[in-house]
Amino acid sequence: MKPAPFEYHAPTSMDSALELKAQHGDEGKPLAGGQSLIPAMNFRVAQPSLLIDLNDIPELRHITKPNGANGASAVHIGSMTLQSSAERDSLIAEHVPLLHEAIPNIAHPQIRNRGTIGGSLAHADPASELPVVALALGARFRAQSSKAERWIEAKDFFAGLFATTLQAEELLTEIAFPTKTARTGYCFTEVARRHGDYAMAGLAAIVELDANDKIAAAKLVYLNVGDGPVDASAAAASLIGKAPEAAAFKEAGRIASQEDMHPFGNVHATPEYQRHLSAVLTERALATATQRAKAA
Amino acid sequence: MSNSYPVTVTINGKTIEKQVEPRMLLADFIRHEAGLTGTHVGCEHGVCGACTVLFDGKPVRSCIMLAVQANGHELTTVEGLAESEDKLHPIQNAFWEAHGLQCGFCTPGILMTLVPFLEENKNPNEAEVREAISGNLCRCTGYQHIVDATLLAAKKLNEVAE
Ligand SMILES: Cc1cc2nc3c(=O)[nH]c(=O)nc-3n(C[C@H](O)[C@H](O)[C@H](O)COP(=O)(O)OP(=O)(O)OC[C@H]3O[C@@H](n4cnc5c(N)ncnc54)[C@H](O)[C@@H]3O)c2cc1C
Ligand code: FES
Ligand code: FES
Repeated sequence: MKPAPFEYHAPTSMDSALELKAQHGDEGKPLAGGQSLIPAMNFRVAQPSLLIDLNDIPELRHITKPNGANGASAVHIGSMTLQSSAERDSLIAEHVPLLHEAIPNIAHPQIRNRGTIGGSLAHADPASELPVVALALGARFRAQSSKAERWIEAKDFFAGLFATTLQAEELLTEIAFPTKTARTGYCFTEVARRHGDYAMAGLAAIVELDANDKIAAAKLVYLNVGDGPVDASAAAASLIGKAPEAAAFKEAGRIASQEDMHPFGNVHATPEYQRHLSAVLTERALATATQRAKAA
Repeated sequence: MSNSYPVTVTINGKTIEKQVEPRMLLADFIRHEAGLTGTHVGCEHGVCGACTVLFDGKPVRSCIMLAVQANGHELTTVEGLAESEDKLHPIQNAFWEAHGLQCGFCTPGILMTLVPFLEENKNPNEAEVREAISGNLCRCTGYQHIVDATLLAAKKLNEVAE
């Protein structure tokens, strides 16, 4: 058998899952879709002594109608919601277009049929799409333990390579994705060698226009060019007050790729190539997001 | 820690019950416990698609799922496609006619990916077919004949439906 032996629990309620987590702490590894964890166990890179399978807890699979007062309106997604369900969900398509656009880039259909929204975020792979989307939108993460619960801002959730600020006794139970706002355009784009592979470069871009069609606010967050989702704040700042035109987009791409990011490179792309791709994708994403902002 | 759990699954309409260790992968359960060796294992870490089966009707990788997770669920493997030994599924016939396979190692996974794809997409174009099989590796064909076979399969399925 490929994985090392482990003890297995499949609680059917949140309370019993949280109880198990309280008892076992870091030794009790949550099993979500298993699409990252089980490959790691097959290689024996991961050898958890106890698995807490979350698949039989129906409360963790939900997508709610947007709620919250203006400005704070969000779609709440249960952590065990399948990537393939979220991909087809009409509420997400309508209210969180950036997430809707990003999901089909995650792996292949067979993997999205098991992989979950919460599992991908808790895994915190810098090459993953969802952490980038969550950081760009300022999503909020609900962490629960048997004793308490708290909400974590995206910027405080990711803590480096495959690391988050979830505590040993906590489970990620829900994520609140802010809904789209007026005069704002969103775009997710990436380049992979083959559809479904981890991307060599990619980003989420958000552009908000003011009454004179100048850029009022911008956000640019990149994948696979650092130890987590990389927020290119200098590049985004360079856009403020400018007309949304090619020259400004090009300059933002230059700043993002040369100053904001520190790509490691990988077997498919050198760091220089990742910078090049990121710069080109920035221009395209900003052009698309601007078009969409004008229509919004 | 050699704990074992009862697993009851329905595979291709037949219910089987076994006692297994939780670390047994679903792919190994299908092959060694159920004796259905049509489901192939290539990479055993989710990359090649050879082990694709239908789990409650949806294609999944059986090498990165635990057998215990299939308890109470329904599986379809490649053995469940043909009506009988001499009456193949229209997709299998199309693969035969259009040379959609050479060594055949990838074929079960590709068929189990395409069955639900063609149910949802009655008239796919070539690009859509290529995207549908993007999660399945084939070391022999260069994919062109697989794509041709899939387009032929779509036609055959539409004829059957008429
Ligand atoms: C061939 C292949 C290609 C892939 N390509 C991509 C890709 O292009 N982009 C991409 O983003 N991903 C890709 N993935 C990964 C896939 O998206 C996974 O589904 C995802 O990374 C993990 O989600 P999961 O639900 O499968 O979680 P699991 O694998 O079950 O868990 C991942 C980690 O998160 C922890 N965890 C899970 N849920 C919780 C929770 N609720 N609370 C606390 N901790 C939790 C687990 O303990 C584990 O450490 C690929 C996977 C494969 C096999
Ligand atoms: S054997 Fe399962 S994906 Fe390769
Ligand atoms: S036919 Fe040999 S691997 Fe595809």
